[in-house]
Amino acid sequence: MDLEKLHREESGRILSTLIGLLGDFDLAEEMLQEAYATALQKWPTDGVPANPRAWLISTARNRAIDRLRRERRFDTKREEIARHAELISPAVADSDYSALSASAADSAEEMFPDDRLRLIFTCCHPALPTEAQVALTLQTVCGVTTEEISRAFLVPLATMAQRLVRAKRKIRDAGIPYRVPSQEDLRDRLEVVLLVVYLIFNEGYLASSGDALIRRELCAEAIRLGRVLCQLLPRQPEAQALLGLMLLHDSRRDARVSSDGELILLEEQDRGLWHREQIEEGTRLTESALRSGAAGAYAVQASIAALHANAKTPQETDWRQIAGLYDILLRDNPSPIIEVNRAVAVGMGRSLEEGLALLDDLEKRGVLSDFHLLPVARADLLRRLGRNAEAAEAYRQALGLATNDVERRFLRRMLATLAS
Amino acid sequence: MQYLMLIYHAEAETSKRSAAEMNALHKDYFKFTQEITDSGHYIGGNPLQPTPTATTVRVRDSKPVVTDGPFAETKEQLGGYYLVEAKDLDEALGIAARIPGARFGSIEVRPVAAINRAALA
Repeated sequence: MDLEKLHREESGRILSTLIGLLGDFDLAEEMLQEAYATALQKWPTDGVPANPRAWLISTARNRAIDRLRRERRFDTKREEIARHAELISPAVADSDYSALSASAADSAEEMFPDDRLRLIFTCCHPALPTEAQVALTLQTVCGVTTEEISRAFLVPLATMAQRLVRAKRKIRDAGIPYRVPSQEDLRDRLEVVLLVVYLIFNEGYLASSGDALIRRELCAEAIRLGRVLCQLLPRQPEAQALLGLMLLHDSRRDARVSSDGELILLEEQDRGLWHREQIEEGTRLTESALRSGAAGAYAVQASIAALHANAKTPQETDWRQIAGLYDILLRDNPSPIIEVNRAVAVGMGRSLEEGLALLDDLEKRGVLSDFHLLPVARADLLRRLGRNAEAAEAYRQALGLATNDVERRFLRRMLATLAS
Repeated sequence: MQYLMLIYHAEAETSKRSAAEMNALHKDYFKFTQEITDSGHYIGGNPLQPTPTATTVRVRDSKPVVTDGPFAETKEQLGGYYLVEAKDLDEALGIAARIPGARFGSIEVRPVAAINRAALA
C-alpha cells in the first residue's frame, strides 16, 4: 500500500469526515497526521487493513477523543466534542480494524459519512477571500501540500502558510458553519464553488511560469473536484458544464505545448494527440447541461470548446456557431475579453474584414489598452489578410504588453515568420 | 455565538434625506428590531449620534489626550449597532442583510470573542 497515493486520493474524504466529527479543522488535520504515522508503523508488520480509509478515520478519531478527554478539565467545549464524536460512531480499537473482513470494513465505513460537500462549501464560503478559498480547497479537499500550493501560485511558502492559517482561524472564530447550504442559497453558493474550481483549473492550464508538473496536477485536481461535485450534487447543470469544459480543454494537454515547452496554436496542433475519450465525455456532459434548459455561462463556454474539440480539421471548425455562442455569453456577461473572442470568431466565420473592424472598434474605445490579447487578435486577422506589415506592427505592440515568457517567445516567433 | 453588527453609512448622504424618508427608515428599523427580538436573536442595539459629536481619547505617558472627532476618517461612518445571538455566521449574515441600513450603507459583522473568565480569575 502506497501511503502517499492513499493520502492524495483519500485525504479529502477522510479529513471531511473528521472535521464533521470533531468540528475543528486543526484538530482533524493533526489527528490525521498522527494516524498516518501510526499506519506507517503498523501496516508493514500487521498488514494493510481491509478498509484503509475507515482504519485511518477510526484511528484519528480515537486519538482525538483521548486528547480531548485529557484536556477536558480546562475546557468544557472539548468534552462536548469528544462526547459528540463518540456518539456518532462507537469506538473500535485500531487493531480491530486490521482484523475486520472486507464486508465488515465496508459496514464500518458506512458509519463515517462522506462529508466532502460540506468541506468544499466551507472552504469556498464567500466570507473568505477568493485566494484563500482556492488554497484551502486545494489543501484540505485535494490533499495538496502547502509547499506545492505555494509553488503553483508563485507565492512564498510563508505567505501561503499564513493565508491558510488565517482562513482556518476565521472559519473557527467567525463561526463559518460546516454545512451544505440550504436549497435557497445553494445556487449562489455553488457559483462560488465552481469559480474556485475553475480558478484552480486555469492556474494549471494558463499559467506559463512555474513547475510544469505541478501545473498539470492542478488541472487534474480541478477535474477531480468537478467529478466529486457532479457525483455528490447531481442535477446541477452548471457543475456538469464546468466539468465538461475542463475535460474539453484538458483533452488537448499533449498537443498544445511542444517538447521544448513552446505554445502551439490550436490550428497547428496535432489533433491525433487530443484525448478522444475525454472529448466525448466532455461533449456528453455539455449536451446534458444544455438539455437541462438552465444553461449558464459554463455551458456556453463548454459548447464553444466542444465545437473546437469535435472539428476534425481546423477548416471544419463551425466558427459561425461559435460567434453565435459568444453573442449569448456577451449578452449575459458583458466583457471586453469575450468581445475580442467574438470578433475573432466573426472574422473566421463570416469575413476577416468584418472581424478586424470589430477589433478596431474595440481599440478605438480604448478598452483593454494594457492587455496583449487585443493586438494579438488583430495581428492574427491581419496576417490572414496578407497585410504583413500591419500584422508585424500589431505583434510588436503585443510584445510590449505581454509579460509571460512563453507568450513572448511565441510572439517573437510569429514576428520572425512574418519577416521571412 | 454573539455577533456585533456595525452599521456604517455616509453621514453626508443621510443628512440630505427628507423628514418623510427618515420617518420611513425609522419605522423600518423599529419593525426589524421587533422581528429579531421576537425571534430571540436580539441582545442589544442602538443608533449613534453622528461623528461630529465623537471624541477620541488616548492615554499617552499616563496622560489622557482628548481629540475632537472619530478615531479614523472614513468614507462611511459608524452610525449604530446591533448585538445579536446567532448559531453561526450564515445566520448572522442573514440577519445583517435585513438591517434597513444595509440597503444604502454597509454592515460589518464581527464575532464577539469569548473570554474564558475562569482562566482570568
